[in-house]
Amino acid sequence: MLLQYWIWIAVGISFSIYIAIAIISRASSTGEFYIAGKGVPSIANGMATAADWMSAASFISMAGIISFNGYDGSVYLMGWTGGYVLLALLLAPYLRKFGKFTVPDFIGDRYHSNIARSVAVFCALIVSFTYIAGQMRGVGVVFSRYLEVDINTGVFIGMLIVLFYAVLGGMKGITYTQVAQYCVLIFAFMLPAIFISLMVTGNVIPQIGFGSAGSDGIYLLDKLDGLERELGFHKYTSGKKSTLDMFFITAALMVGTAGLPHVIVRFFTVKKVSDARKSAGWALLFIAILYTTAPAVAVFSRTNLIETVSNKSYADLPEWFEKWERTGLIIYDDKNQDGLIQYVADPEVNELKVDADIMVLANPEIANLPNWVIAIMAAGALAAALSTAAGLLLVISSSVSHDLIKKIIKPDVSEKGELIAARLSAVGAVVLAAYFGINPPGFVAATVALAFGLAAASFFPAIVMGIFSKKMNKEGAVTGMLIGVLLMLFYMTKFKFGWFGGGTEKDWWFGISPEGFGTFAMMVNFAVSIIISKYTPAPDGEIQELVENIRNPDDS
Amino acid sequence: MNIKQNYWKTNLKYLVVLLLVWFTVSFGFGILLVDQLNKIRFGGFKLGFWFAQQGAIYVFVILIFVYIYLMNSLDKKFKDEK
Repeated sequence: MLLQYWIWIAVGISFSIYIAIAIISRASSTGEFYIAGKGVPSIANGMATAADWMSAASFISMAGIISFNGYDGSVYLMGWTGGYVLLALLLAPYLRKFGKFTVPDFIGDRYHSNIARSVAVFCALIVSFTYIAGQMRGVGVVFSRYLEVDINTGVFIGMLIVLFYAVLGGMKGITYTQVAQYCVLIFAFMLPAIFISLMVTGNVIPQIGFGSAGSDGIYLLDKLDGLERELGFHKYTSGKKSTLDMFFITAALMVGTAGLPHVIVRFFTVKKVSDARKSAGWALLFIAILYTTAPAVAVFSRTNLIETVSNKSYADLPEWFEKWERTGLIIYDDKNQDGLIQYVADPEVNELKVDADIMVLANPEIANLPNWVIAIMAAGALAAALSTAAGLLLVISSSVSHDLIKKIIKPDVSEKGELIAARLSAVGAVVLAAYFGINPPGFVAATVALAFGLAAASFFPAIVMGIFSKKMNKEGAVTGMLIGVLLMLFYMTKFKFGWFGGGTEKDWWFGISPEGFGTFAMMVNFAVSIIISKYTPAPDGEIQELVENIRNPDDS
Repeated sequence: MNIKQNYWKTNLKYLVVLLLVWFTVSFGFGILLVDQLNKIRFGGFKLGFWFAQQGAIYVFVILIFVYIYLMNSLDKKFKDEK
């Protein structure tokens, strides 16, 4: 059967499931809309968190990025998983015990200050918007590639679907749709990976396969190191980045993960404190399945690519090469007119440009897998993009309707009024996100990675100290958050957009890249908060009691 | 009051130990000591590279489940003592 029919079938079936789930589990109260009525079982919440977490970028781009960067790509693998340890140990159980709706709720109540709450709302909105604009674009790209519509139509279709089930279902609807989306996306990612591992190494498990030998008896990683060196690239298993920068980027991604509002809020949705710990464990387990497979896929596809194209005659290449060339994601320019492909590190001689996204998308074709596998990949990529966009949307809408309207602007708003406000702000947020998806500001790609730095520099210290220190007060926390987030914004705009005089790699402070600077800004946040809290009065007895209370298990 | 303080202190002790492991496998083995560990090999993997792309993630998962187990026992003990 034709590929396009298979894709329509796979996408059609999966979407009908999501919409049916959204209708069945629609929200009827603000509690259900914001945190699914605290009734989500921990395994389901773990799956939903995993789907929420793994965006189109994790699904499509990550393996490709690792493929081209080798060891340096480890920052993403460790950074985007290690944060869950921090979440499970330092944040999730206590925030669940606190038992309100949002992150600004915690910061506002713990520091007993509407200024603290407003600063937290401001940070939540900045972080979520930088993140969602990139997601909507991703939704558009995926739709356009698989359904053969143009990108803007793709963004538009994606917007309608997300709108439908996020606005109707709230957190409750989103959570159960995400459970279904996780199943689709993990199946879609694993299936080709297993097939390829079996073909290349004879091992069914990709995680073991990429450390095994190919049919020629040479270990795959050694062969790849050799190939890379031969072509003048950097050795795959060692890195180009400085140790200090690796350290700072990994830390920023880890702490940022733990500080992202759309991740934290997931732990408000379970029944008990112990369930919050359990969901974090399940979430990481489900995420780890994809994250440990991605580096294997990276090695298989990198080796495949080099062996298929390097010094081969252009005329003899397999069909997929030409197909991806038409999309502009592979560019071949025969500089020396010899009809062969020179794929080398030296830009003067190199004749081939390959977009990182291809590594996952073209995998099934390179491995000659049947059309229905490619169709499932399409459904998986769409599931990944939609689930993340929906989760972010909810954070934005609850920040506006709950944190701003209910808590600050109009505290006497009725439950019904607040629910309407929540739905309206979800609509507003989708429209704005879609606008950015259709007219992407140049900075989107650059800032998605930096959203982690912003989250690390702002929320993480304020929440952790709010739980682990009874002495931390609003003066310290608010100043810390503001200085942290402003410092991060300053460094990011200076080196990414050339504001404040701009600068190049040579001007980086201590050689830390903007991606890793969140760690530095976080340390400044911690230091400033602690120093200021020493010179200002400790919080009153009521707050001390609140802290005491969140530290103790459920039924005390 | 004492039971509560004990509970919290034990919790903090668990946190320190588990976070030390967390730091060691990722920042330690995967980044700071990667070159030294890469001299050791098992199968086709260099050890440092393996920790950075596989091992650290497995340990992370185990750490959370260990913490879940420890805290569930601690919660139970806490309830019994009360």
